[in-house]
Amino acid sequence: MQFWGYRRNEGRPGIRNHILILPTCACGSESSRIIASQVKGAVNIVFNTGCSDVQANTDMSQKILTGFACNPNVYGVVIIGLGCETVPHDKLREKIQAMTTKPVVSFGIQDEGGTLKTIEKGVRAAREMAAQAGMQQKELFDISELYLGIECGGSDATSGIGSNPAVGELSDLLVDMGATTVMSESIEWIGGEHVLAKRAATPEIHNQIIEVCKKYEEHLSAAGQDCRAGQPTPGNKAGGLSTLDEKSLGCIRKGGTRPIVEVLEQAVPPSKHGAVVMDTAGYDISSVTSMVASGCNAVIFTTGRGTCTGNAIAPVLKVTANGRTYQRMEDNMDVDLSPIIRGEKTYQEMGREMLKDIEDICNGKLTKAEAYGFSDIAVDHVCRFV
Amino acid sequence: MEIKALLMGLSDNVVTCITDVKAGETVAYRKGDEVLSVEAAEDIPYCHKIALTDIDEGADVIKYDESIGRTDRAVKQGCLVDHTNLFSVPRDYDSEMVEV
Repeated sequence: MQFWGYRRNEGRPGIRNHILILPTCACGSESSRIIASQVKGAVNIVFNTGCSDVQANTDMSQKILTGFACNPNVYGVVIIGLGCETVPHDKLREKIQAMTTKPVVSFGIQDEGGTLKTIEKGVRAAREMAAQAGMQQKELFDISELYLGIECGGSDATSGIGSNPAVGELSDLLVDMGATTVMSESIEWIGGEHVLAKRAATPEIHNQIIEVCKKYEEHLSAAGQDCRAGQPTPGNKAGGLSTLDEKSLGCIRKGGTRPIVEVLEQAVPPSKHGAVVMDTAGYDISSVTSMVASGCNAVIFTTGRGTCTGNAIAPVLKVTANGRTYQRMEDNMDVDLSPIIRGEKTYQEMGREMLKDIEDICNGKLTKAEAYGFSDIAVDHVCRFV
Repeated sequence: MEIKALLMGLSDNVVTCITDVKAGETVAYRKGDEVLSVEAAEDIPYCHKIALTDIDEGADVIKYDESIGRTDRAVKQGCLVDHTNLFSVPRDYDSEMVEV
């Protein structure tokens, strides 16, 4: 299996050729939005932090910003800063330039003398990059170059028996062809962590998986939150999920069954090919943000109740095994897996069929959220603002 | 035969119903290329589990080829397996660590 992608000077190929308009902080977000709206081929993100943060939050924000810039779906980057944020535009640009040779420019709103002057420079720079990006020809790459994120959100009773096993099957097929898939949301491994750990390729990775869960539980406990209290919820039980073990197993099934070759921190690119896992929040938007910042080309997203989410940089393909949800939210759902729940097809069959959906998306087919231009983002954080 | 339940792993001792099942109904499910069935001994709601065999008190309930907990009473073939007769076995992280 192969796909048409964009060669990059370093790392994996891209499946999109975006110009990313990247704010350094919340104060640069609106100018970034306006610049992106003026240039075909440009995308922006809205950033809600970048200032008045403890160091650990700043570290996380910087990993997300530099990770987005380095994502292979990005051709070039226009950074828009204010001037007094924790990491100003020129410093962020230098960091990114140390990681990638792709075009990166930056402007500061205070230096330029206000919003309109900054927007003018930003638009001119983005337009030049977009013109160059348009000249880049696609090349044929082996599917082993693909890096796919796996996410779930708005789950229901069909998720654990329909969409998650089907996506797990898809993940296994991709991994067998040499591709890389990442499953995140470590909070949701809890209860099934001992089973996930059995997939570890080494004893060290086994223990890392257990350790991630232990630390997450302790972290929430420090904030007064018991992550097991009330789990599974009364709604879960009424829906047929009897124990936390069962709920977690249904959740981690989306990551497939192949050996886990690496446990990643948030927004860190994998160093190996194969099935990897990442320690992220269970909050789906935040988890997708961290996976895309680690370089994911695309994200496959299982849901039961339905979701509309999309990401500016990586296409998000939303799949559901709940037939009613697919019909009611067809504007947002990309793949209907309900034949599994009607007993018409097995999850194995539908997992295999989704290889074609992945191939199509790699080759340029827009997901629904992508066509709408959705750009959801949530940066994980550990502490209140200063 | 209309498929009314899904088997998630070949060693499972429960299947998950994909429709509301009435007592006495035959519940067909796929196991590889075969279609097998179990008779419902009681009503089983949509997305709930039905026992494929008699399950002893304290035995593991297997779904996804893994234990999802143990029964706190014997469960007969064809009966509902849910939070009222299934409990999670407490574990602790330290005991889950392996020798490196």
